[in-house]
Amino acid sequence: MTEEPREPLLRLRHVGKTYGSGTVALSDVDLDVAAGEFVTLLGPSGCGKSTVLRLLAGLASPSSGTIEWSDADAAPESRRIGFVFQEPTLMPWASVAANVALPLRLADVARTEIATRVAGALDRVGLASFSTAYPRELSGGMKMRVSIARALVTRPRVLLLDEPFAALDEITRFRLNNDLRRLWRSEGWTVLFVTHSVYEAVYLSNRIVVMATHPGRIASEHAIPLPAVRSEATRASAEYVAACREVSAALRRAMEGEFA
Amino acid sequence: MSAVPSRNAPHRRSLSAAEILLPVALGAAGLLGWQLVVTAFAIPHYILPGPWLVAKTLWTDWGTLWPALLVTLEVTFLALGAAAAGGVALALLFAQSKWIELGLFPYAIVLQVTPIIAIAPLILIYVDNTHVALVLCAWIVAFFPILANTTLGLNSADHNLVDLFRLQGATRWQTLRYLRIPTALPYFFAGLRIAGGLALIGAVVAEFTAGTAGRGAGLAFRILEAGYRLNIPRMFAALALITASGIAIFAALTALSHLALRRWHESAVTRDA
Repeated sequence: MTEEPREPLLRLRHVGKTYGSGTVALSDVDLDVAAGEFVTLLGPSGCGKSTVLRLLAGLASPSSGTIEWSDADAAPESRRIGFVFQEPTLMPWASVAANVALPLRLADVARTEIATRVAGALDRVGLASFSTAYPRELSGGMKMRVSIARALVTRPRVLLLDEPFAALDEITRFRLNNDLRRLWRSEGWTVLFVTHSVYEAVYLSNRIVVMATHPGRIASEHAIPLPAVRSEATRASAEYVAACREVSAALRRAMEGEFA
Repeated sequence: MSAVPSRNAPHRRSLSAAEILLPVALGAAGLLGWQLVVTAFAIPHYILPGPWLVAKTLWTDWGTLWPALLVTLEVTFLALGAAAAGGVALALLFAQSKWIELGLFPYAIVLQVTPIIAIAPLILIYVDNTHVALVLCAWIVAFFPILANTTLGLNSADHNLVDLFRLQGATRWQTLRYLRIPTALPYFFAGLRIAGGLALIGAVVAEFTAGTAGRGAGLAFRILEAGYRLNIPRMFAALALITASGIAIFAALTALSHLALRRWHESAVTRDA
């Protein structure tokens, strides 16, 4: 096992988020994430799991509490955060290569370097031969791969994924789960992944944070004791099934509270 | 959504034989019927000329009609160009600040809802140069659809993409250039196609009001003049030229829009059945 948590990368303390409309999206969230971890936020709609990602990305600011990064004085842009949305969110007027190149162009990276890095990123998601295609010519799963390539072209340290595979069919989803897990291992990312699928969460994560609604909060945390290298065989293993059962039960408890 | 990737580039849309033949056949039948009625009932040409006579008049009066057409088209294109430039410039200004948009947009609407036929006489009084006055009238009519559509387009950027640009620390200019302007393109072209027809209408209406004779006379004046002389065939001939110009402008702007959007926009792409 090489997945022992290293130095803590970020620390959330008593974080709350109330929107202008008065909706309490998050309340009193405490969460530590170590560098190199794969953490999944799991919960029903409205539990604030997407809000956590938006807060971490700096797209919203907390109403209360603090978010501390280990590199506290660094500028947010230099933190190298990659964000993958629920939809592929590609620019329909731009080719696959131009879409992947976007973050580098915005950062005024030299053209020759952009070309090399884009080619590398597309290669790693298996779309090297599609660089001149347009998004509308691609299937849903391929669009999502482009979206992931766009995140990894920036060589992010932290990758935030907001239910990226929710709209895909199961076979495509499994394949992308494997790809993501492989990339996480080779790239040394810290990943925060949001999903409402127990099976996906257990397959991907080192640790699962179960969240509950009204207000959005953390209900429980679960370490996932599965081997570092995971494959389709993992899905059939007794450990996987046991972990799924444990997390399902925790999720049920978190949701029962709502109707009590 | 299809699971099978399709690598084929979008097809160029070509008209099928039926799409061309059907309207042409219908039009030919209409003209033939018209000619037959005129001939059968011996309708005098100063009441209703047949299409054959109109065509002959177009030929014989070409020396009068062609320069007039050029005058009208010049007004139309100057007005359309100014409307495109002005509409886009103002829309970009609106995009910079919600306050500017809130303050100015109602006046753009005032400009749009006031009938051009009612303001044209005033403009002709205040603006000394008739040519400039005509362009101004046509511009007022053509301006609004471009402004309204482009403004809508600039504000229609995908929210997640806006977030992504923010996350990457994009400047205002980068967001405008790489996100908001490309998003607005299809909207702009839709506005431009409407504006093309309106600029022609505006030019003709203004010419009617101005009633300029002599060298600078446009098609509208030739229609008025022919009307006073009960030269009905020439009225029809001039009308045919205006209609043909309108169709040509629309076709040209549609082609331009298609050329600009053909790689990606759903409106310009044909799908495999």
